[in-house]
Amino acid sequence: MTPAIQIQGVRKSFGDTVVLDGIDLDVAAGTVLALLGPNGAGKTTTVHILSTLLRPDAGTARVAGHDVVREPAAVRAAIGVTGQFSAVDALLTGEENLRLMADLCHLGKVEGRRRVAELIERFDLGEVARKPLATYSGGMRRRLDLAMTLVWRPQIVFLDEPTTGLDPRSRAEMWQIVRELSAAGTTILLTTQYLDEADELADRIAVLDRGVIVAQGTPTELKRLVPGGRIRLEFDDQDSVRAVAGALGHAPRDDEGLALEIPSDGSLASLRAVMDELDRSGVEARSLSIHTPDLDDVFFALTGHDATVPDATVRGENAAREEVAS
Amino acid sequence: MSAIAPSLTDATTMLRRNIRHAVRYPIITYLIALPVVFLLLFVYVFGGTMGAGLPAGDTASYLQYVVPGVLLLTVAGGATGPAISVAQDLSEGIITRFRTMNISRSAVLMGHVLGNTIQLMIATVAVLLVALLMGFRAPASVWGWLGAAGLLTLISYALCWLGVAFGVYARGVESASNLPMPIMILPLLSSGFVPTESMPSWMQWFAEHQPFTPFIETLRSLLFGTPVGSDAWISLAWIVVIGVGGWLWARRLYERKTLRTP
Repeated sequence: MTPAIQIQGVRKSFGDTVVLDGIDLDVAAGTVLALLGPNGAGKTTTVHILSTLLRPDAGTARVAGHDVVREPAAVRAAIGVTGQFSAVDALLTGEENLRLMADLCHLGKVEGRRRVAELIERFDLGEVARKPLATYSGGMRRRLDLAMTLVWRPQIVFLDEPTTGLDPRSRAEMWQIVRELSAAGTTILLTTQYLDEADELADRIAVLDRGVIVAQGTPTELKRLVPGGRIRLEFDDQDSVRAVAGALGHAPRDDEGLALEIPSDGSLASLRAVMDELDRSGVEARSLSIHTPDLDDVFFALTGHDATVPDATVRGENAAREEVAS
Repeated sequence: MSAIAPSLTDATTMLRRNIRHAVRYPIITYLIALPVVFLLLFVYVFGGTMGAGLPAGDTASYLQYVVPGVLLLTVAGGATGPAISVAQDLSEGIITRFRTMNISRSAVLMGHVLGNTIQLMIATVAVLLVALLMGFRAPASVWGWLGAAGLLTLISYALCWLGVAFGVYARGVESASNLPMPIMILPLLSSGFVPTESMPSWMQWFAEHQPFTPFIETLRSLLFGTPVGSDAWISLAWIVVIGVGGWLWARRLYERKTLRTP
């Protein structure tokens, strides 16, 4: 089966700023791929290329089997895009916005009305559907935005930072919507700078850093790429901590000083060694837990830097976008 | 042919959207108010003096003289509408959404042009009604009136494309509302308010070679049933130049500019 999205050697520069430095990526039909990376990594540029808003300088990108440069109309007919910036008509009501989409998708009067009612219900916009957008909260706006993208049921959906700036409840709602979309068989490419979001929603994650994909795989595979699992022991008092810390060598303590974190590869042998040492020292631990590395660890291990980018780089990309616009 | 029907549907959808905007945020009051103020001012305040320069020499004949100019002034103000509405659209993400959808590119801009042309026509009729109340009478035949309506519609349509281009070109809504200003000056520097012969010679040259003088002269001929002459052809040529120029410019800019800047 051909992948829903195929990217080969795509490069894009804005002036002197290289934003995408040759990326390759496949997304299988019906799966969720998270493009994970900090601000300025090139996530939005990737989405813009895939949604025919920008042409790549080199390389090819195919969406739903169609080349984004040579067959943009066919690509547009297969995709739905919800960008980082709200793409709603602020002078219309929510319902009118959805009707506008239904009309532009040529759904026909009856089917259009039915679909709009269904989305209003599904996205919990019933109370505000006939009110002007000025009265909408950030979460409602974002839900309306996504509902508009889904009016005609695109097979491939791009979500560019769908939860940036949302409160935790709206974020959870958005996650639920993405899960349902995926369960219905939609291929989803979402970009995010939140590691937990990628972990939560994606079948596969591609880590994008400074225009290069530095790793990709399932969340579990990615976590396996890095050593750095640990066994965490908690104690009731400082004396116990000191005793065990002495016995185990230099195990780092956590901030409150009542726990120890011992590096471990997660194997049974390493766990047994810790248990034996505990027995020998005769100290009771209050609790023991085993931590596999999280995506923060993954990011650091893959890129050698934190998931933040120096301001200069971010400014570079913004300046480049300005340039494209003028 | 098959590509035309869907883009027509899309343009109609966009037109509906534009009309909804216009009903909710009526800028049409400004389109009507300014020319009406000019009309009252020129006829009742300056009319006596202005009229004295005309063959008949009174306020009533100045009213007859000035109305075509005021109607063109109404139309000239119309480029501001699409400039603002397009700039407004571009300041929101909605245009980016349209560009990722399988809809005709020109439908988005066409919606603005048609919506604003309709508003301009309504405004022109309103201004004409005020003129009729003030005593303006035109001896035109039905064909004369139809010709006048057709002329004003074509000029509006062409100017709306230019306005759309201004809107795409502008850096924001405010600059979009200022860019079309020079167009509003043009009817004042034409034969619309005083005969060009009364102007200083350099201004006379300008007045006779800018589009609004043939527009106004053609409109006068149509309304008063005098022979139209070469002004009609010059007007049509200007309409094509303004309309096609605006259309090409708008499209070119639009292709480049619809990526939302952060």
